[in-house]
Amino acid sequence: MGDGMFRNVKKQRFTDKWAEVHRYQIQDIKFTMYLWQKSRLSLVGSGIVVALIVVALLAPHLPLYDPFQLNVLNRLLPPSGEHLCGTDQLGRDILTRMIHGSRISLMIGAMVVAISSLIGLVLGLMSGYFGGKIDEAIMRLTDMFFAFPRLVLAMAVAAALGPGINNTMLAIAVVSWPIYARLARAGALQIKNEIYVEAAKSIGASNMRTLFLHILPMILHVIVVQATLDMGGVILEAAGLSFIGLGAQPPSPEWGLMVSEGRHYIHMNWWVSTLPGMAIVVTALGFNLLGDGLRDIFDVRARR
Amino acid sequence: MSEELLTVRNLVTHFYTYRGIVKALEGVDLTIGRREVVGLVGETGSGKSVTALSIMRLIEPPGKIISGEVIFDGKDLLKLSDEEIRSVRGKEISMIFQEPTLALNPVLTIGLQLQEAIETQDLRKEDAEKLATAMLEKVGLPDPERMFKNYPHELSGGMAQRAMIAMSLSMKPKLLIADEPTSSLDVTVQAQILDLMKKLVEEIGASVLYITHDLGVAAETCDKIAVMYTGYIVEFSDVLTMFENPLHPYTQGLLNAIPKLGYDLYTIGGEVPDLINPPSGCRFHPRCQEALDICSKVKPQITEVKKGHLVACHLFKY
Amino acid sequence: MGFLMDLRTYILRRLLLMVLVLFGVLVITFLLSHVVPADPIGAILGPQAPIDMVEKIRHEWGFDRPLYEQFVDYVWRVLHGDLGKSIRTNRSVTSDLMNYFPATIELATFSTFLAIVMGIPLGIISAMKKDKIPDHFARVFAISGISIPVYWLELVMLIVFYYQLGLLPGPGRLDPYMAYPPRVTGLLLIDSLLARRLDAFVNGLQHLIIPSFVLGMFGAAGIARMTRSSMLEVLKKEYVRTAKAKGLRERIVVTRHILRNALIPTVTVVGVTYGGLLEGSILTETILAWNGLGQYATGSFLYLDFMAVMGVTLFIAVIYSLMNLFVDILYAYLDPRIRYG
Repeated sequence: MGDGMFRNVKKQRFTDKWAEVHRYQIQDIKFTMYLWQKSRLSLVGSGIVVALIVVALLAPHLPLYDPFQLNVLNRLLPPSGEHLCGTDQLGRDILTRMIHGSRISLMIGAMVVAISSLIGLVLGLMSGYFGGKIDEAIMRLTDMFFAFPRLVLAMAVAAALGPGINNTMLAIAVVSWPIYARLARAGALQIKNEIYVEAAKSIGASNMRTLFLHILPMILHVIVVQATLDMGGVILEAAGLSFIGLGAQPPSPEWGLMVSEGRHYIHMNWWVSTLPGMAIVVTALGFNLLGDGLRDIFDVRARR
Repeated sequence: MSEELLTVRNLVTHFYTYRGIVKALEGVDLTIGRREVVGLVGETGSGKSVTALSIMRLIEPPGKIISGEVIFDGKDLLKLSDEEIRSVRGKEISMIFQEPTLALNPVLTIGLQLQEAIETQDLRKEDAEKLATAMLEKVGLPDPERMFKNYPHELSGGMAQRAMIAMSLSMKPKLLIADEPTSSLDVTVQAQILDLMKKLVEEIGASVLYITHDLGVAAETCDKIAVMYTGYIVEFSDVLTMFENPLHPYTQGLLNAIPKLGYDLYTIGGEVPDLINPPSGCRFHPRCQEALDICSKVKPQITEVKKGHLVACHLFKY
Repeated sequence: MGFLMDLRTYILRRLLLMVLVLFGVLVITFLLSHVVPADPIGAILGPQAPIDMVEKIRHEWGFDRPLYEQFVDYVWRVLHGDLGKSIRTNRSVTSDLMNYFPATIELATFSTFLAIVMGIPLGIISAMKKDKIPDHFARVFAISGISIPVYWLELVMLIVFYYQLGLLPGPGRLDPYMAYPPRVTGLLLIDSLLARRLDAFVNGLQHLIIPSFVLGMFGAAGIARMTRSSMLEVLKKEYVRTAKAKGLRERIVVTRHILRNALIPTVTVVGVTYGGLLEGSILTETILAWNGLGQYATGSFLYLDFMAVMGVTLFIAVIYSLMNLFVDILYAYLDPRIRYG
């Protein structure tokens, strides 16, 4: 009886203390919300992103055609009342495939950004916080990655691993983490000298604890901005890899693949390539606007 | 009578920031006679630099000169066209700034920047260079030929300020505005620079508007002193009177605040007011020991209390 | 005398750094070609190779030796220009690269030129009219630059300007009926001038319009962004105020004081832009029937021609590093604080 109660009290005191130390940040969240709805860029961006996620989640339940159903009699029909975006070279409804493609793109984006940001964050924090040989090693590693144009390296990795969506995700993740490492490191370097970190350490906080409780929250906003912007970039890269044949394979309704398949018909049937491409543009635009808007918001906060 | 070189009347300059309108200058009145050194003294944020920039019409958005008159040598500078004010700058009125190494273009040689100031289009290249090199020598820079080819980052603070003095005095202006020219320099260098300025200014017969936060320096170099507080002049008189008989409570506070051995450090209570929402009436009233009822309601106009001694304070209405 | 030492030491240090970086590049390409694939030999020989041959080659080529030995071997071969043999073209990868890279260099260089010509003025105007209409337009342009797939835009441009409007020529470096001038440099524009084939020159230029304009637009977005932020930084600086206080003409203030400083950081972006344009070429050369590195790379990907893929990757990384080295040295030269540090 006594033991359990004591543990709860301890937990609550811990949360209280954490809330108190980061009270400023919690207040800030309210301020952020206020700024968010004031910035038109981030509003438009978030609108697009939310709409996208909703559509992607609801896709199987929407009244659409079957994305894989061949219908050779109806091939290459221009956009009409029946097929809002027309049909492709195998008679499949393009709008349906575009909507199903959003599921693929969003999944790829989310997975890649999650993995690469996590790896980059951890490595970067360690690099910045501990310094010395660890820092040297990790920085040399990121240098090696930065020596390649990003997509070129991703293609090489994808080629080494073989075609397919999973390999694409891995390839892009491999190429994406160094940026997060650099950002996290820069943030850690800046923050670790701040007084409250010294204060925490002087009362005996262990290194791990310091890292996660104190440093991480302060650099989180940089990571979030980068992750949002990265979503757009990753989706573009995945589509690019599929376009040249390394990523998604037929009959997947991935947007890049759809653009690629349609390019043999552009002289007469422009919609087969053009419309899936527009989906890519709108999606990337949404995430980029949102990311830019977030960055502006955080800038205003920082200047305060 | 245009006996005075520069007469500033009721100068108002505001800055339109996203936080609100910063009323930096709220009716500045100032006069500078010929061959006169006038000190403009005040705390950081009092508007000294803004005054100088407003006189030169170098205020940029989000700042704007709202109203007032700046009569220089008979012309109202605020009414001149862009071309006209440009021809005044550098030739009739010059300015030197606080951090000389930052005030120089890092990618150009000292010599070239000096040549620019001298306006040497009509001269042959060799002649222009010779003239510039001579100026460098005049301000006491060693090895002027080599200095000509140096870049700003290769110069110390003192040397850079000498170069700036060369630039500003080369066209023999009638008025030199010096915005805290020695604040960022070592104390020993300060004295040298002040001497140099004194000597050259006398040679060309110019007037000086000397901006500083240091009353001690002002006392040494200036003939007259204007004390500025949050956007307007509160007291103006010659140096001796200012030190022997300061009238405005703020001036008295400043003089008391000069550290004296054996005495406790005196500070003026309260904080420098926010220029977006300044106090009503006299802006000093919240910090003033002798504030009257009227001080919080009506802004005092600057009036001549004794000959040559002006104060903006309700205590001295008559 | 003193200043030359500083620039020289800087270049030396930078070269050393590049050697290290290139070493890292080799490590990565080695890992990708020898370690990452489940079966490197199978990957190299292609899916059609019979199993006993695979085993024989594996031993012959030393793939059963310890890794560091393989690495030394690999570096040795690369330094001697041996990048393996392409199973698709049946030639050495190196000769293939020599064959195809001029076309891509021509496209990338032209596009970079357009990117600079479009991007810098845009960045300047955007900074000087901050938060007004030109700035918003520039921001939209910059965001579009990272939201639009380059291959898609090329397709759209072809659809609109070639297939629908017939205003600009279609895919290919020259019109189908036109003969290529004799190959001297591999750069079509230069070769046609050397052979005094003005028709080929003009036609080649026309064919360059769509590809380099699209690629250039993407590059311009990045350059404009950098120029804008650099300008905004410089506009806040003290020396700009000094220049105005000296009564200098506006034109001089802008060119000699503002731009001279603001454009230096822009130089660094040009290097990255070039890399992006090399990427863009891979994605677009197939659509454009542009027989350069990009088309070679894409073909190799589809054919699973592994040696060729690695060769192209290595080659592009080297060009990219050289470009960045050049840009860094240029930056050091332009900024007296570094040159005469």
